[in-house]
Amino acid sequence: MTDNTPPVARIQGVTHTYRQVAAVNNVTLDIPAGQVVGLLGPDGVGKSTVLGLIAGARRLQSGQLQVLGADMASAAHRNRVCPRIAYMPQGLGKNLYAELSVVENLDFFGKLFSQDPAERRSRIERLTTATGLYPFLQRPAGKLSGGMKQKLGLCCSLIHDPDLLILDEPTTGVDPLSRRQFWELITAVRRDLPSMSVIVSTAYMDEAEGFDWLVAMDAGQVLDTGTPQALKNRTGADNLESAFVRLLPEGKRGSRHRLDIPPLEKSAAAPAIVARGLTRRFGQFTAVDNVSFEIQAGEIFGFLGSNGCGKTTTMKMLTGLLPLTDGEAFLFGKPVDAGDLATRRRVGFMSQSFSLYGELTVAQNLKLHARLFHLLPAKAAERIDTLVERFGLGAHTDATASSLPLGMRQRLSLAVAIIHEPEMLILDEPTSGVDPVARDEFWELLVELSRCDKVTIFISTHFMNEALRCDRISLMHEGRVLICGEPQQLVEARAANSLEDAFIGYLQEAIGPTTTPPETSTEAGTASSPPQVSQQSRPGLHGFSLNRLFGYSHLEMIEVIRDPVRMGFALLGSAILLIVIAYGISLDVEDLSYAALDLDATPESRQYLSNFQGSRYFVEQPPIHSKEELDRRLQSNDITLAIEIPPYFGRALRRGDTPTVSAWIDGANTTRAGTIEGYVTGVHAYYLAQYLAGKGIDASSITRVSLEPRYRYNPSFETIYSIGPKTPAMLLLLIPAILMAVSMAREKEIGTITNFHVTPTTRLEFLIGKQLPYIAIGMVNFVILTLLVVFLLQVPLKGSLLALSLGALLYVSASTGFGLLVSSLTNSQVAAVFATTILTLLPTIMFSGFIQPTSTLEGGGRLIGTVWPATYYMHLSVATFTKGLGFLEVSRDLALLALFGPAFVATTALFLRKQET
Amino acid sequence: MWGWANIFWLGTKELRSVLLDTVMVALIVWAFSFQIYARSVAISESVNNASIAIVDEDHSNLSRAVANAFFPPYFKEPHLISSTEVDEAMNQDRFMFVVVIPPGFERDIREGRQPTVQIDIDATAVTQASLGSSYIQNIIRNEVDYFASRANESTAYPVILVQRRAFNPNGTGSWFSAVSALLDNLTILTIILTGAALLREREHGTIEHLLVMPLTSFQIVMSKVWANGVIILTTFSLSMWLLVEGLLDVPIAGSRLLLLVGTTLYLFAAAAIGIFLGTIARTMAQFALLMMMVIIPMMLLSGGMTPIESQPEVIQPLTWFLPSRHYMAFAQAVIFRGANLGIVWPQLLTIVGLGSIFFTASLILFRRSITISK
Repeated sequence: MTDNTPPVARIQGVTHTYRQVAAVNNVTLDIPAGQVVGLLGPDGVGKSTVLGLIAGARRLQSGQLQVLGADMASAAHRNRVCPRIAYMPQGLGKNLYAELSVVENLDFFGKLFSQDPAERRSRIERLTTATGLYPFLQRPAGKLSGGMKQKLGLCCSLIHDPDLLILDEPTTGVDPLSRRQFWELITAVRRDLPSMSVIVSTAYMDEAEGFDWLVAMDAGQVLDTGTPQALKNRTGADNLESAFVRLLPEGKRGSRHRLDIPPLEKSAAAPAIVARGLTRRFGQFTAVDNVSFEIQAGEIFGFLGSNGCGKTTTMKMLTGLLPLTDGEAFLFGKPVDAGDLATRRRVGFMSQSFSLYGELTVAQNLKLHARLFHLLPAKAAERIDTLVERFGLGAHTDATASSLPLGMRQRLSLAVAIIHEPEMLILDEPTSGVDPVARDEFWELLVELSRCDKVTIFISTHFMNEALRCDRISLMHEGRVLICGEPQQLVEARAANSLEDAFIGYLQEAIGPTTTPPETSTEAGTASSPPQVSQQSRPGLHGFSLNRLFGYSHLEMIEVIRDPVRMGFALLGSAILLIVIAYGISLDVEDLSYAALDLDATPESRQYLSNFQGSRYFVEQPPIHSKEELDRRLQSNDITLAIEIPPYFGRALRRGDTPTVSAWIDGANTTRAGTIEGYVTGVHAYYLAQYLAGKGIDASSITRVSLEPRYRYNPSFETIYSIGPKTPAMLLLLIPAILMAVSMAREKEIGTITNFHVTPTTRLEFLIGKQLPYIAIGMVNFVILTLLVVFLLQVPLKGSLLALSLGALLYVSASTGFGLLVSSLTNSQVAAVFATTILTLLPTIMFSGFIQPTSTLEGGGRLIGTVWPATYYMHLSVATFTKGLGFLEVSRDLALLALFGPAFVATTALFLRKQET
Repeated sequence: MWGWANIFWLGTKELRSVLLDTVMVALIVWAFSFQIYARSVAISESVNNASIAIVDEDHSNLSRAVANAFFPPYFKEPHLISSTEVDEAMNQDRFMFVVVIPPGFERDIREGRQPTVQIDIDATAVTQASLGSSYIQNIIRNEVDYFASRANESTAYPVILVQRRAFNPNGTGSWFSAVSALLDNLTILTIILTGAALLREREHGTIEHLLVMPLTSFQIVMSKVWANGVIILTTFSLSMWLLVEGLLDVPIAGSRLLLLVGTTLYLFAAAAIGIFLGTIARTMAQFALLMMMVIIPMMLLSGGMTPIESQPEVIQPLTWFLPSRHYMAFAQAVIFRGANLGIVWPQLLTIVGLGSIFFTASLILFRRSITISK
């Protein structure tokens, strides 16, 4: 059959490098169609890269690649076949949206493939019934157990009946029961869709036994291909695991002797770990329920159970990371205390998710931890060398931790956990994603630590062969310990063939008949065969689709609504800021502290000074007595203005000698100084007029011209009429922009952007789809702020509300567009927040006319202000609120505002890659 | 002893993380160089490049002299418009000021009949409007006086007022705006850097890793404070000496050492606020919004934009809690007025006090924030 059907993927001379390191090196391979093909190999040999390339998620660098007959180097061809491929990336629930429920996730994927609501409903029902997810349709994906996440991921991949299903380590970190169910599901699906090809990478050799055809890989190259039987025959091995090891080059085979574990000596010493009635509740949910166990010093104690059953929570309570809700726990005979540093120094902990510094290199990570545990430099160097060698990290010491493949990272985490030679190790799934050879080596080390150094080891795992190596194991389910004992005893107690069967038996017993057992689920899959609609001829599948765009909007909207704190901050936060700014900023310079240096002290000098005392702008401070005091008080900011009246002022005035009064102004703040000058001049002029009038002289001989300033639009000349309408302009830029940028960066950081890479979604659908909800939030914000300005700040809206609203809509499109643009240039949420803040704050507050009109600025500031949307919206807002202008009069602002949003989005689209590099 | 070693080594890790991130480094450099330069030169004089129009209904020598008295850089070249155009032109925002010179203006001056010149001011640009208005009034008065002094007897004022500006005799606007810009960026960058450093650890799960090691919360928080503090202090110093003192030619009246000490203390307070926000926020989006809510008031209400004494009575006690307000007062005193420690110690003490409050609060919230996050 394989001979006459064309291969599903034809790889010719493909090489893929990351920073000069070839992950895939000149691979040529034909992958047969209609079969389950397995990719085997240790960590970091390029399996994921090959899968990513076939899926079209990664950009082809060199060589030729044809998938389903299409050239993957050509965008047009790729777009044509992409709806026929489904890709599930590595990592539990990696392409799922954690906030969304099961049904919402599935619905979203259906929309991406342009399915109508009725079809989506029937498909979702069929897939969830088959997978046993049906009872959990409303549960958020983030709250599913690992096995269920993977099933949901599979459902999402299958929603469009792909011709090629690509699964990257789909069962890593999944418990045996879920794993078994997962493969049964695949078998059932293939029964319905016999033509579908499946390509899987896996670390489990027992899974690989069941595949039709295998590709063994190492160091970016293909070692051998063939059926499992062929590989075994060729190497003369009786199982695949040893067959694979024999295919490896000499140096990489590891120590191939059987791992012997000396029996544990029973000791009467106090147990190293004691847990009694350990309980942890999160709100209504009980994660760990009355768990008790004792672990002897030097014992290897295994913790098994499905994902989300409370293993990790138990471990965190023992380490003091989580407080206990109830019960007690002792380490080395002492109660667990979060503040107890001495105990922490004796314990090594490795958490499930990678938790080292990705930006540091392997060597730097090791060195940092050696220092934090206060190893002496000589000792540290020796220890690091040993560990690097032991864990095979030698080739990677200068690589950053984040660039390492999963398995390598796990090894590094482990090396770090034992760097200080702890007496106790608490390891949470340390071998997930690590290949068999490395796992064996790791276990050799554990056995040595336990038996020679009497290190107590508390370890959780999903691998049955690892569980068998433990002295005792404990099986957990839904927060409770089902059974605890020596592995062999447990097998015998159930009269099972293997530990795996025993394990599954215990689990099924605990689950009871309420949940659909896997057998029936397979039948359910076959019973309701899928409606055989041709998925490829569907209208709207190729090219721009509004439905897909709205699919993204809907998704984003749900995520926003599910995070009420963020929404609250966004809306309430801008309201509070508006009030603080509008009341806090006063450009009316008032209550200036001044003091007089009256060297004359005559009725005339007091007469002159009395004019300052009466002014609402000035507040008098105790008088100054000397020139030195004047300098000092100005310097200490005690006063901002000093009036100096010279000696004999009164006499000179009486004689008509024109005495000179000096005003000393604090010039540090130039704007304020300018205003003060104006005030002082005014007071002085008033004095002159009064003085002359008192003398019976016509004031007109002094004031020849009468000047009549008319403050238009703001007759009372109050700051609020200017700041009131301008503040919303500031907030409507900063807040939507930063929300948008974070949302996009998050998509990149958690990996859901893969869905954009591997589905027919176009760039504009993705960008505008994500943008719409934030425009909506911006508009809600606009309404709130406008109401506050009118009713709280009492600034009437005199002009066209329509023009203002339209302007706001265009403006918010621009600010969210800018958020998109920034996030397209950054890769992490931190960088996105950082960049958005720095790039938006200054232009918006300083160069857009908030205080100083843009036209009166100079240099770069003026240029930035001219090309910054806030300038035009501030102008528009003041024009409609305070100046009372209509639609036509502000049409220029509207027209200019309309340009920004599309320009930003278009630029982002240019930067946004449809594929990873 | 070991505690300080931990703080040191953890801090070096922080330094590496930031310095390896090219985008971050580029943004820090941008913020402390171009942004400060652009902001300080943007506002060069208190009235600058203001648009003005003249409605000349007199067409006399004097009215022409008045029109010619407005010139750059304070004012744009004045436009002559007719009285019917005034409303529309101002609505269109073509002119900020319109001076209307009535018919018979020159004659009335000569005959001492005190004609009225009307000045229309777009009062929505508050600061420019008020400064510009007093400039215009002075200019017109001077022209009229000059004209009258040629025609009639010279004017005898009974008292002459001389105004002098201390600390910035020429009133160079860029001095103040450069320093304000520098201080604002100092606040913004310190808060984001430290807050984000904490949040990044939490989102990546590395904070749990730290908490199971023999490290105290104090050591973890302190290491972030010093490492990010060093980065900001270095860029601040470079920017101060090379850009503000060097390129922009702002004289520093006081002691540079005192300024550096005060800045270090302020960095501690600002970093403590950043950490505090980082412990409250659950996600990066929440942190971003919280940060905006803190940074914007810190920028606008610390005295750089509105002098504290002019703020409404309600706001003043609130802004007292902003360390930036005290730092702004401190920095202005040292840089412009040449104040010494004897004058600025109260500000420094307040900064340290406020910083300690935020620092302690974040230590208390620290462990709690980790347990709740899961």
